[in-house]
Parts: sequence; structure tokens; C-alpha cells
Amino acid sequence: MTLTAAALALGLALGQHPAEPPPAHATAPEAAPAAHAEHGAAAAEHGAASEHGEEAEEHASLPEVMMHHVANGYELEMPAICNGSFQWNCKFDLRKLTGGWTLSVGGVKVDMTPSKHVVMMWLAALIVVVMLVVAASRRKLVPRGFYNFFELLVQFVRDIAIANIGKKDADRFVPYLASAFFFILFMNLLGLLPFMATATANVSVTVALALFTFFVTQYAAIRAQGVGGYLKHLTGGVPASLAWLWPIMIPVEFLGLFTKPFALTVRLFANMVAGHFVILALLGLIFSISVFVAPVSVGLALAIFLLELFVAFVQAYIFTMLSALFIGAGLVHHDDHHDEHGHAGDGAAHDASHVAGKAPGHG
Amino acid sequence: MNALSLGYLAAGLGAGMAVIGVGLGIGKLAAAAMEGSARQPTAAGDIRTSMIIAAALIEGATLFAIVVCLLLAISK
Repeated sequence: MTLTAAALALGLALGQHPAEPPPAHATAPEAAPAAHAEHGAAAAEHGAASEHGEEAEEHASLPEVMMHHVANGYELEMPAICNGSFQWNCKFDLRKLTGGWTLSVGGVKVDMTPSKHVVMMWLAALIVVVMLVVAASRRKLVPRGFYNFFELLVQFVRDIAIANIGKKDADRFVPYLASAFFFILFMNLLGLLPFMATATANVSVTVALALFTFFVTQYAAIRAQGVGGYLKHLTGGVPASLAWLWPIMIPVEFLGLFTKPFALTVRLFANMVAGHFVILALLGLIFSISVFVAPVSVGLALAIFLLELFVAFVQAYIFTMLSALFIGAGLVHHDDHHDEHGHAGDGAAHDASHVAGKAPGHG
Repeated sequence: MNALSLGYLAAGLGAGMAVIGVGLGIGKLAAAAMEGSARQPTAAGDIRTSMIIAAALIEGATLFAIVVCLLLAISK
């Protein structure tokens, strides 16, 4: 938090004029944490082409470079063979590769060309599906190895569901919660690899995830309370004798339905963007101040990177836990306050099939 | 002192104030967690988990402010 604010302030202060040192070396973010002894080599590796596709004479300012790395775009950069030789950052323009995908809805053409973050989402989804299918195909009565590890994680998600939703209904929502957890986790982790981007650093992606939670929450509430009961709860507990208050209560309650998904959206988005911004700002200081701050800069960036790794897991867990909490809150009215409505962290209701002991995150 | 400069100034000041808020909040949280763990070391694991969850939620709220600052900072 402190470092985000400091990075923001520094970026603002130093970045409003074009950076003095050679602009072609304007980026070296993702490869640096791999080995900070190679920081000089990292700058050279990405130096082959200027970040803005222009021919190395245009000076890019630090905020522009930072935004370029975090924001969405249509260019994929990775080491490949293009222009006849191996380059460290070959640009692949997705608009040219796919020819532009459009969807015609009525008379309106919607541009559905995949962008960088869309490709990252596909990659994360593919990895999740492949890993889980491979793990589940080795299922035996006594779990071992790869399957055991995934059973541990799914058990972890199931514990979150049982603690927040209650034992009776939890299993209906565990598929959604587990999908959300693994998908967000892998999207967050993919952003930490070199040459990849964080799809969850795009507000559209997090809005979509929060909307899924919203729909599942409303479905759970309607299913538990019936449509009449659900609408009655929208009046906020004001009885029919005070029905003249309803025109005030119902719009306010309706808007209040959307604050929770909004919070989910911004929390995930801002956490992912902030981490990358701090790393980019710290590494950009090398170019803005002098090359001699490089050891300190790369060291701090490495520490922030480790924090980012931790935050990736924590944010996936928080999203899943809050989704389970909201689903459970919608279900609370249909039974008469059974004490299955758990105390989070109770640790109760483990089924017999896990072998490996404690769920991650405890102790 | 045109609007753009004031916007940049506001972004920097806002980021600083957001950090004051989250520093105080998470500091109090950590102090309570330390004290609880010291009083009952067997509960330290559960306290640590709850502390991390609460810290992530507080930080999420603070990052709302940071997002506003970012929007101000990247505007032209």
C-alpha cells in the first residue's frame, strides 16, 4: 500500500517529461525478477524494439510505458522467430492474425476480436481444465500424488462453502465456487510469468466475474425464498402497513444489491493493477533517475514480486469466500436458523476422503 | 494552476492520504492479532488466517481510493 502510493507519486513526479536515457530500453519488467543479477541483460533483451511500435526515436514517458504494460491491447509479444531471425520480443498483432471477429446482433456490429487479455483468459481456462481433467482421471480409492493435491484444494474450497452456506446446500454451489477460485488464481498467476499479462487487471474481466457471482446469489435467493419472498425482502423489512415507504425503500434496496458485486470487482482489479504498477514504477526508476539505483530497484521489485505472488492467492481466496458469504446470506431465510450456518474457520465437516491433513491457509 | 495540474496534485495527495488510512487500520488490526496470539498461542493459526482476510478486505477498500488516484494520474 505504502509502496503503491510511493510508486504513484514517483511516477507522477518523474514521468511527466520524456525519459532521458535511451528510450528503446524503456521496459524490462517481467524478466527482471527471474534473476536480479541479470538486470542489465534484461534491459537489453527487451530493447530490440521500442514499446510503441515506432522506430526508436520517439521518447516514451514512464506513465505511458506503465500503462502499456498493464492495459489491454491487441499485440502479443513473445520470443519467437520473426523477420527471419530470433528476437526476444516479436510482436504478433491479433487483429492481423485473426482477421477481426465481429458479431452482428440485429443491425449492430460488435467487435469481438480477441485481445491480449482475452488470450490470457483462454490460456488460464485451458490450464485449469487440463490440470483438473488429468488429476481426476487418476482417481483411485486411496488418493495419491497429483489427484491428492487437487483434492486438497477442492476440499479447501468446499470448506469455505460449508462454513458460509451451511452443510445442506453447500454442494450445490461448490462447482461454481471452485471454478471461480481456480480460474481467478490461474489468471493472477499467469500475469507473473514473463511475456504474459494479467487478465484480472482488466476491469471488464472482474466485472464479468462479479456479475457471475451476482447471478448465482440472486438465483440462490429466489430459489430459497420464492419469487414472492425475494421481492418482499427488497422492501427491506418495511411491513405492508407502511406501504407508502416502499417507493423509497425498493429503489434503494435494489441499488444496494449491486454494491457487493461492485466491491468484488474493484477489490480484485485494484489489487492486481497495484502490484504490477509498483513493480513497473520501481524498475522505471532505473531509467528516470540513473542506472546506479538498479541494485536497490531490482531488489525491491523482487520483494514486491513475492508479495504479488501472495496477493494472487489471497485475492482468489477472498473472492471465493465473499461469493460464498453472499450466497449463504441469500439462503438464510428459508430455514429456521439452523446452527449449520457456520462459523467461518470452524473446521468442522471434513469428509473422510482427505489424507493430507490440514487445509492450506491454516497455521 | 490549470485543471490538469490540480488533477495531478490531487492524485498524489490522495494516494498519500489513502496510505495513512490503511496504515492506521491494518496497524490496529495487526496489534490486536499480536496481542491475541500472545494471550493464547494455541489460537495463533486461526488468528493469523482471520488477520489476513481482514487485511485483504481493508486493503480492498483503500484500493478504491487508489483507483481514483490512478484515473486522475493518467488523464491528459
